[in-house]
Amino acid sequence: MSRRPEPAQDRDPVREHLSPGRALEIDPLIENPDTRIVVCCGSGGVGKTTTAAALGLRAAERGRKVVVLTIDPARRLAQSMGIDSLDNTPRRVKGIDDSAGGELHAMMLDMKRTFDEIVEAHADPERAAAILGNPFYQSLSAGFAGTQEYMAMEKLGQLRSRDEWDLIVVDTPPSRSALDFLDAPKRLGSFLDGKLIRVLLAPAKMGGRAGMKFLNVGMSMMTGALGKVLGGQLLRDVQTFVAAMDSMFGGFRTRADATYKLLQAPGTAFLVVAAPERDALREAAYFVERLAAEDMPLAGLVLNRVHGSGAVRLSAERALAAAENLEDARIVDQPDGKAGLRNSPDTYGSSESSARNVTDGGSPATEDAEGAAPEDEPTDHTTPDGERSVERLTAGLLRLHAERMQLLERERRTRDRFTALHPEVAMTEVAALPGDVHDLAGLRAIGERLAAGGTELPGTA
Amino acid sequence: MSGKGGTGKTTVAAALALALAEEGKRTLLVEVEGRQGIAQLFETQALPYEERKIAVAPGGGEVFALAIDPELALLDYLQMFYKLGSAGRALRKLGAIDFATTIAPGVRDVLLTGKACEAVRRKDRGGRFVYDYVVMDAPPTGRITRFLNVNDEVAGLAKIGPIHNQAQAVMRVLKSPETAVHLVTLLEEMPVQETADGIAELRAAGLPVGRVIVNMVRPQVLDAADLDLVGSVPRSAVARTLSSAGLGGARRGGHAERLVGPLLAQAEEYAERYALETEQRAVLAELGVPLHELPLLAEGMDLAGLYALARTLRGQGVS
Repeated sequence: MSRRPEPAQDRDPVREHLSPGRALEIDPLIENPDTRIVVCCGSGGVGKTTTAAALGLRAAERGRKVVVLTIDPARRLAQSMGIDSLDNTPRRVKGIDDSAGGELHAMMLDMKRTFDEIVEAHADPERAAAILGNPFYQSLSAGFAGTQEYMAMEKLGQLRSRDEWDLIVVDTPPSRSALDFLDAPKRLGSFLDGKLIRVLLAPAKMGGRAGMKFLNVGMSMMTGALGKVLGGQLLRDVQTFVAAMDSMFGGFRTRADATYKLLQAPGTAFLVVAAPERDALREAAYFVERLAAEDMPLAGLVLNRVHGSGAVRLSAERALAAAENLEDARIVDQPDGKAGLRNSPDTYGSSESSARNVTDGGSPATEDAEGAAPEDEPTDHTTPDGERSVERLTAGLLRLHAERMQLLERERRTRDRFTALHPEVAMTEVAALPGDVHDLAGLRAIGERLAAGGTELPGTA
Repeated sequence: MSGKGGTGKTTVAAALALALAEEGKRTLLVEVEGRQGIAQLFETQALPYEERKIAVAPGGGEVFALAIDPELALLDYLQMFYKLGSAGRALRKLGAIDFATTIAPGVRDVLLTGKACEAVRRKDRGGRFVYDYVVMDAPPTGRITRFLNVNDEVAGLAKIGPIHNQAQAVMRVLKSPETAVHLVTLLEEMPVQETADGIAELRAAGLPVGRVIVNMVRPQVLDAADLDLVGSVPRSAVARTLSSAGLGGARRGGHAERLVGPLLAQAEEYAERYALETEQRAVLAELGVPLHELPLLAEGMDLAGLYALARTLRGQGVS
């Protein structure tokens, strides 16, 4: 949108933003060869996966060899990257601009498969078969709380250790709470080689160790109680599972710790993704605080779906007044047929109060009160055909604009509240698209918006 | 009440609880994901693990709320059946409770649904049900079938024992005609797709599908005829009309003239969205489930808005 330079006092108040916060510059981040991992996190429904895919594509087209790990992509987004087959291995994405020498690979996480692979890689075939056939293992790997998060981190560790890619972009699971993915690996890790399992597995071992007396005393009572609650058979399944997995426990813990450290390392950048809505930004703020507490390197906040307007100088109030003006005038002027409001900016408030609210879905009652529906074309011979429909359309355009301006104002307030609390967090804004993204061109457009949002703002959405 | 993340299922669940509470009824709104969304919505302090009254509906009905904490629910449960007392605390110290509620397959979900079902069946001394309705703000659509059906899963896994019995009892309530799983969606591709998938899964699992509630429906500002015109209207005509409404000069470079481009661009975005929404409405209509629409509240969600949504639901005959 070409906007002519305007005097300072005329600068739009709504777009005059980011003032207290810092701008997040995406390109330097993804171009920097030291950046090896980008983690996109945030609450559900804010466009995390799309952001991750768009970042991956942009980095690849700028010459990096990228793999995008998605967790639960929308079908069409996955198809656009050619990963609609869920086979747990990175596939090369075709159709990208590779003139800079980059590559884009994408994969979709299959958590059960990832878990199976770990078992197969770390146990001899006989033991692996025993584990894979255990009903407790089957439930655990099929997706109970934490498994998906743990497997996402496990896969990230695997991809990183293969060292085939310059940059790994990770999407995080759609958790009930955005923080689960930080906790879950620890939780599962500590469960799998925790003291409870040890107690279940080999009570005798614990006897000699200092400070474990309590365990010893409480143990039989406890296994008894667990047995009661869960049923003896389940407990036996767990015990068999644990016995079979025994050799692998050290590995789980070690890898969970290694992945956790990897996330804290300087080559990692976290991006918190949010939408300019109260709940999403509240979660984002919580996330920012949590990342800081865990020493995770936060690069900044991606604010998705921000609305803009090319006509911000026209306020919602003025737009609405003008729309009413047009609608009222139409009714008033009806008797003599001619829409006599040209050059009559002073028609404000000149009409009766029963103005029919055409565009707002006015109630049928109001319509009835109007009597012979005044906009009925056939009864009107004097008005040029297009004239009134243009007025009607223009009034609609103005109402649409008023709605947009109110939305902008709400989004600005929400964002400012966040910036006031976290002025240290760099931010980029991504203008809202009217539809869903489902091809590479769409992802590319998002990438451009991501890169531009931190520095210069587009004039329109 | 379930729905894809971000569709406002907590809000709709709360509005439904309010709507159902009218005419002196008593409803219980249950939260299971520990997010305290209900407390935020009703502008009260964080809910403890106990039922407390949070709202009075028009006509004297009452809404109670309960945030179920799986750990406490398990301790409750142990206390009830085994009189564990302080041993329960010892279990907790050991991580056994954490183990049982977080990792042990499905136990957490049995406890959550079990607590809700207990509230459904609870009667007062007079033999009357304590709550006329229990509304659960359930996990998202992608997990709802597993969440509700986990009782089946546990029943298969723990073939005997109290958890097994509990699971069987819960399943009987959930699959009875007294239960309905409502799904919240938006008029967008992904939530609608997830809703369709969710309904198919629920049906396959024999769980009763209730209604689909389309949330945050934006008002129609331009109709199909207006949108046809957007593509063909002469810019000068729009400029003149804007000018006539007092928005500046219609000449080239005049204020009104400069508004035309941006306004038409916004209308084109609207047209694109309108087409998408029409498409999604058609997809929803094919699901064979009653549909309801709730308007987008322009001023954001607050308590007044919640009551307004409850009225809308009531007006649409949701009960």
